[in-house]
Amino acid sequence: MPKGNIITDNLNEDGIDRRGFLKCMAWAGTGAACVLQGGVLQSFALGDSAIRGMHKRKGELAFVQISDSHIGFNKAANPDVVGTLRQAIAKINALPTPPAFVLHTGDLSQLSKPEQFDTLAQSLKEIRTDRIFYVPGEHDVLDDNGAAYRERFAKGSLGDGWYSFDTGGAHFIGLVNVMNLKAGGLGNLGPEQLDWLEKDVKHLKSSTPIVVFAHIPLWSIYPEWGWGTSDSEQALSHLKRFGSVTVLNGHIHQTMRKVEGNVTFHTAMSTAFPQAAPGMAPAPGPMKVPAEKLRSVLGVTDVNFIRGHHTLGITDSTLDSAM
Amino acid sequence: MKRRYRNILCTGIIALGAMLAPRYARAQDTSGGSMHSDSMSSKLSSKMPSKSYGVEIRDFAFGPMTLTVPVGATVTWTNKDEEPHTVYSNDDVFRSKALDTDEAFSFTFEKAGTYKYFCSVHPKMVATIIVGADKKPVATDQKMDGMPISKLN
Repeated sequence: MPKGNIITDNLNEDGIDRRGFLKCMAWAGTGAACVLQGGVLQSFALGDSAIRGMHKRKGELAFVQISDSHIGFNKAANPDVVGTLRQAIAKINALPTPPAFVLHTGDLSQLSKPEQFDTLAQSLKEIRTDRIFYVPGEHDVLDDNGAAYRERFAKGSLGDGWYSFDTGGAHFIGLVNVMNLKAGGLGNLGPEQLDWLEKDVKHLKSSTPIVVFAHIPLWSIYPEWGWGTSDSEQALSHLKRFGSVTVLNGHIHQTMRKVEGNVTFHTAMSTAFPQAAPGMAPAPGPMKVPAEKLRSVLGVTDVNFIRGHHTLGITDSTLDSAM
Repeated sequence: MKRRYRNILCTGIIALGAMLAPRYARAQDTSGGSMHSDSMSSKLSSKMPSKSYGVEIRDFAFGPMTLTVPVGATVTWTNKDEEPHTVYSNDDVFRSKALDTDEAFSFTFEKAGTYKYFCSVHPKMVATIIVGADKKPVATDQKMDGMPISKLN
């Protein structure tokens, strides 16, 4: 594996070298880190000493994203979703620096059932971290418009469950795009949430790093399968003036990354089961892989922000990778 | 504060719904053990009453996507995916709860008309029931040879 590979080709003058970026993407599924530093994209293999070094930098904020645990799912694609969630938790607990907090980007449950929420909450208590923040997936708001979800996982949130918080010099925004979906449409934020977002960031300096997290991707990955959000452009327009915006999503059960100007989009793996790459199956949904391969397509995402350095490192690692 | 207001509003809507419910009386949720239970429907499948029709939910699509039935027909939707789906009328005429694998929902159409519906979990899934007096049922399956439309383009 290449090591500490600094990318210098920059044809579009946007700080991103396409060739190097593709290399980064190719590694994403098997454990790689891409670090945007001073406008230069660097990629490292997982386990690289540079990554380990990053964990020791001063002023660092390290957190972890997990997604799509689907507690209650018991079909062939993974009959033991609690088991693989536990493996993801073990992976988080083995990180050199415990994460300041964990973001769960939705689909905690398969069917919004109280016992499924219970099992998820109980399991996540094993994570060595101070706090867990949630946003709902469409599986968490079935039949009750998310009331049970909010009662349990988003107390004190606004509207359908959105909120923001500040930590480590960055501003975090949890959005809900899985409710009041319209016939024929995609994920949806809605005017009330968009108004709130505009007001929420108004007082912030443009130099404040922004991290947005939501379940359905806030960029158009594959609308044919509903993998996008109809009004995400409006949300992003409120974030245009910020120098560093990171958007973390789940829903599609695979890692994908896109950098557009100052915005980095990233989707996480599931802790439960994979889905096919866009258009590579008749429909989205649980994809069965050979049992021995399952751990190579599930995983967690480790995010590092170094204050004052405008650096945000995103590391995907699969359950079977060594860390 | 807003939440409380909305809850009150919701309660109001539910109360209104309860008043109107008899008009749409025959929406039945078969997982609740009503006469259209799963075991009943499988027994019935060999000898379906003349006014019973089925829509299968498979691969994130309703099949057939357009179904024409006579007035008074009962349509039963059955989820054959490993993913929960719902059956929501665009105009709130009928609405199922989330259907897990092999769960079903039935609704009886007493009035002629075109009823568009979708899955509220995956709103890309849209379909239509056409209820017309004295018309023979016509099923137009827009999925050809099991291929989704996106693949045909």
